[in-house]
Formats: sequence, structure tokens, C-alpha cells
Amino acid sequence: MISDKIGGLNKIIIVCGHYGSGKTNIAVNLAYAIRKSGKKTVLADLDIVNPYFRAADNREFLEEAGVRCLIPMYANSNVDIPCLPPEIYSVFSGDEYAILDVGGDKEGATALGIYREEILRCGYSMLGVCNMYRPLTSIPEDAIDNLAQIEAHCSIPFTHIVNNSNLADLTTEKTVYDSFEYAETICKKSGLPLLFTSVCDDVPLMSEEGIFRIKNITKRLY
Amino acid sequence: MAKVLMKGNEAIAEAAIRSGCRHYFGYPITPQTEIAEYMAKRMPKIGGLCLQAESEIAAINMVLGASSAGVRVMTSSSSPGISLKSEGISYMVGSDLPCLILNVQRGGPGLGGIQPAQSDYYQATKANGHGDLHLIVLAPNSIQEAADCTSLAFDLGDKYRVPVMILADGALGQMMEPVEFSGNEKTELPEKPWATTGTGMKRKKNIINSLYMQPDELESSINERFKRYDVIEKNEVRYESYLAEDADIILVCYGITSRICKTAVGMARKEGIKAGIIRPITLWPYPKEALAKAAETASEFLVVELNKGQMTSDVKLAIECSRPVSFYGRTGGVMPTPEEILEQIRMIGGRIK
Repeated sequence: MISDKIGGLNKIIIVCGHYGSGKTNIAVNLAYAIRKSGKKTVLADLDIVNPYFRAADNREFLEEAGVRCLIPMYANSNVDIPCLPPEIYSVFSGDEYAILDVGGDKEGATALGIYREEILRCGYSMLGVCNMYRPLTSIPEDAIDNLAQIEAHCSIPFTHIVNNSNLADLTTEKTVYDSFEYAETICKKSGLPLLFTSVCDDVPLMSEEGIFRIKNITKRLY
Repeated sequence: MAKVLMKGNEAIAEAAIRSGCRHYFGYPITPQTEIAEYMAKRMPKIGGLCLQAESEIAAINMVLGASSAGVRVMTSSSSPGISLKSEGISYMVGSDLPCLILNVQRGGPGLGGIQPAQSDYYQATKANGHGDLHLIVLAPNSIQEAADCTSLAFDLGDKYRVPVMILADGALGQMMEPVEFSGNEKTELPEKPWATTGTGMKRKKNIINSLYMQPDELESSINERFKRYDVIEKNEVRYESYLAEDADIILVCYGITSRICKTAVGMARKEGIKAGIIRPITLWPYPKEALAKAAETASEFLVVELNKGQMTSDVKLAIECSRPVSFYGRTGGVMPTPEEILEQIRMIGGRIK
């Protein structure tokens, strides 16, 4: 069961990956699912890379569900300075499940590295989000290379792979199934287990095995 | 190649590479920095050059140099950075040099903001640089069209020896959509006998220059260029017409705004209001004839932009003020909702009944 797999994650859950791989979408949906399973949950936005699409867009949705949100005060404003609020440290001392939404690529991982000691002390799960339909990570070797760069910049090893292969509105059962071999290869070559394949709830599938259903929470700009 | 999921900025960068562009010069600025990022990753792998210049002014002058040597070259920036490039752009026009300039617009004036805007319309279509000049200006409204326009921009630039601008906005640059790159990568590029590639002692030397000592020589070079502009105006106008044929109200909009308008027009049609869209894809040359023809049957025009109404004057000129032209827009990085635009359509619909 996917819910058991998610329930088995450590209390600090870090969502990392390539720019545009769907990290924020996964982080928001994970925070929502974990909160719905009855656990106290906090989502911290550590994205210092992307000023346009951020967890802050979903603050209302998350807070309504009872998820505490730690969002830089300047998120979605015109002040694109890379600074993070000191309250982030609260996630390492409380009894909440904490989902850390990290910025893309190695640049985003640099910000994560600040919290390395606390993360290792608390125990963590770090998910590498991969999307086969993103051209710079479309083959397993490139995806693994990207994850390796992230690890090198934050000095925190990954623990799981998340297969978020999607083509936005054009995602179909076929595009999902076509990505299974890609995800398997990444897992085999990296030695990491696959946590789940995430699929939007409006895409019908023959089997739900290994699938984590997500809502597409990406802000529409038009 | 199958469909992939890309940001507008990445898709334009990839499309440029596939069009044979191997030289990129730029300087970072939100919301277009992914272009440089992508070029920095890809160019070294394919024998190309991605160079972060010390400033926008340096970057556009490197583009001038590379174009003089006959290669396909591009630069990109966002609004305030494009202002800095204006001098170099004018020099390139004066030297009859092609290149691609991408403007992923953000709000202004001044440093403004980093959210989407279309407030550089006048700058792009009327005065990007001093002197008597035009750029071909393309305004895509999807990631796919942005990729297609990139390829078109290089072809048009080489064909007419003019700089071509893609006028995008922060939304198009940042959002992700599926995109497919059609056909094979271009390997055979047009000959450029005018380029300064060395005479090999076989021909007269080529000179790339925009300074003329004699007034009459400068005048004749300008007249020759304007003859090319006439051909461009005749042959290169591109626009999309959506439900415009029987429309009482014509919305005129481009880029990301046209996507919002399309939703609003659909809502208006459901209420029985005959609204339609004429969307310029080339902002210069401007689709004057299409608008003039629409004015024969439509009652009113509504211009929608992310600015204070800059394109309104072009619509009025195109239809020779034969119909009322109103405007709705938001600025500062705020996007109008389809409902806001529908409200405007309703107001016009009420008055023309």
C-alpha cells in the first residue's frame, strides 16, 4: 500500500530534483496526504530558485487542511532575494512531520545544505523526483547525474526515487506506463528504492499498484 | 522527436540550437535566466559557445560581432536589460545584421517587477534603438509556438538581414507545456556572402558598418532597407483569427493575454454574445488588413494587454478609427482573469444591442 510506504518515511521528508520535475507538486500533495492520515504536518518552502511557481501558491489549500506552512515572506513578490526565514529551524525540534520543498538542481540543494546537521540528527527521507519527459533528465543516466550533483551540493544522500514522469495536460495511461522502465533503471543504477509513481487524479489507469494519486496544484497563469 | 515537457525559456533555447544557433551571449535577469542556464549546459556539448557577458551592452555587441562573421546568434533579456541593448540593436540594423533578440517581458518602468508584463510593446514595435528602423517582432502565445517562432525568427532574420525580436512575457517564459520539435536539426544554413569571414584573396573585402560619411550614401542605405521593409510588410504578416468571422466584438490581443481572452470569448459565446479574436503573431509587420476587413462587419474592438493600452493606437490606425476601440489591461505583473475580460465584453455587448 502506498499509504503504508508514505507512513514509513522518516519525519523529515525532503523533496529534491531537477528544475521543473514537479517537486512542489509532490511536496504539497505529500503534506496533504500525511496530514489527512492524522499526523501533525508542516511544509517548509526552501525554494530560492523559482520566483514564479511556488508552494506559496497553495498556502490556503494546505492551511485549510491543517498543514502549517513555512513560507519565505517575500515568496511571490518582486523581492527575489534568496533568504529563508529563521522559523525553518522549528521543524527540527517539534513533533510534526516536516516536508521540505527544495529548489531545483544543485543550486536549490545548496540552500538545503545549511540544515544538514539538523536533518541528519533528526533522521530523514530524501526523495529524488524524476520526470522522463523533461529533456535534460530524459534518460536514466542524466537523471542520476542530476541527483548526484544535488547530493554533492547538500552532502545529504537520497533515500528514495519518485517517478513523476508527466506531460502536463497531455499525460495519458500510455505516457505513465512508458516511464516505468525509466524509473526502474534509475532505481537499479542508483541502488535506491522507488517510493511511488505519482499520477494526477484525472488520468485513468488500469492498475493503481505503486501509484500515488496527486492533485495538479500548479498555478494556472491564464 | 516525441513530445517533452518544457518551460518557455528552455523551449526557445532548444529551438534556437536546433535552428543552427551555436552562439549565445547574455546577461542574467529574471524571468529569463533559464535561457542562459540551458545554453550553458548544452552549448559545450555541441561545440557551441554560451558566454555570460559583463553586461547587456557587452552581450549585444558580441552578438553584433558574431553576426558579422555570419553565424546564427542570439541574445535574451528581460525589459530593463533590453533597454540597455537598444544601442547595439540600432547598430545591428544599421549594419544589416540578423540575430534573434528575446525579450521575456517583466513589469516596468525602471526595475519594475519580475512578474509578467507586455509593457514593452511600443519599445519593440516603434523604437528599439534610435533612427529609422524596424525589427520583425514575433509574439507567440504557447510554448509550442514559442519554439516554432524561434526557428522562424532565424530564417526571417537571414532572409531579410534584419534583427528579429521574440516578444514574450514572464508567464510564457516560466510556465511549462508539452512541446514537440518538428523535423531534423538544421545543418544547412543560408549562404552569407556579405559576412566578414576573410577574403581568401579571392574576393573584395566585406565591411560591416553603420557609420556613413556622406549624407546621400546614408540616405540611400536607409531607402534600400525600407524597400526590404515593404517586402516584409507584404509577405510576412502572421495572425490567428478565432471566431472572428461573425463576431460583433473583436478582441485584439497577443501572447499570454490571448489565452485568457480565448477563455473569455468562449464564456461570452455561451451567453449569446458574438465575440471573436484577432491575434497578431507578428507585431511588426502588423496585421492591418485583417483588422480593416474585420471592421467591415464587427461593431466594436476591445484591446486587451498587460499594459496601459499601447496597442490600441495600432488598432485604431489599422481600422482608420471606423469603429470604437476600447481597452482593458492590468499592469505591475497582475494577470486579468477571464471573468474580468468577460465583464468588458458584456459591457460592449450591452451598448451595441
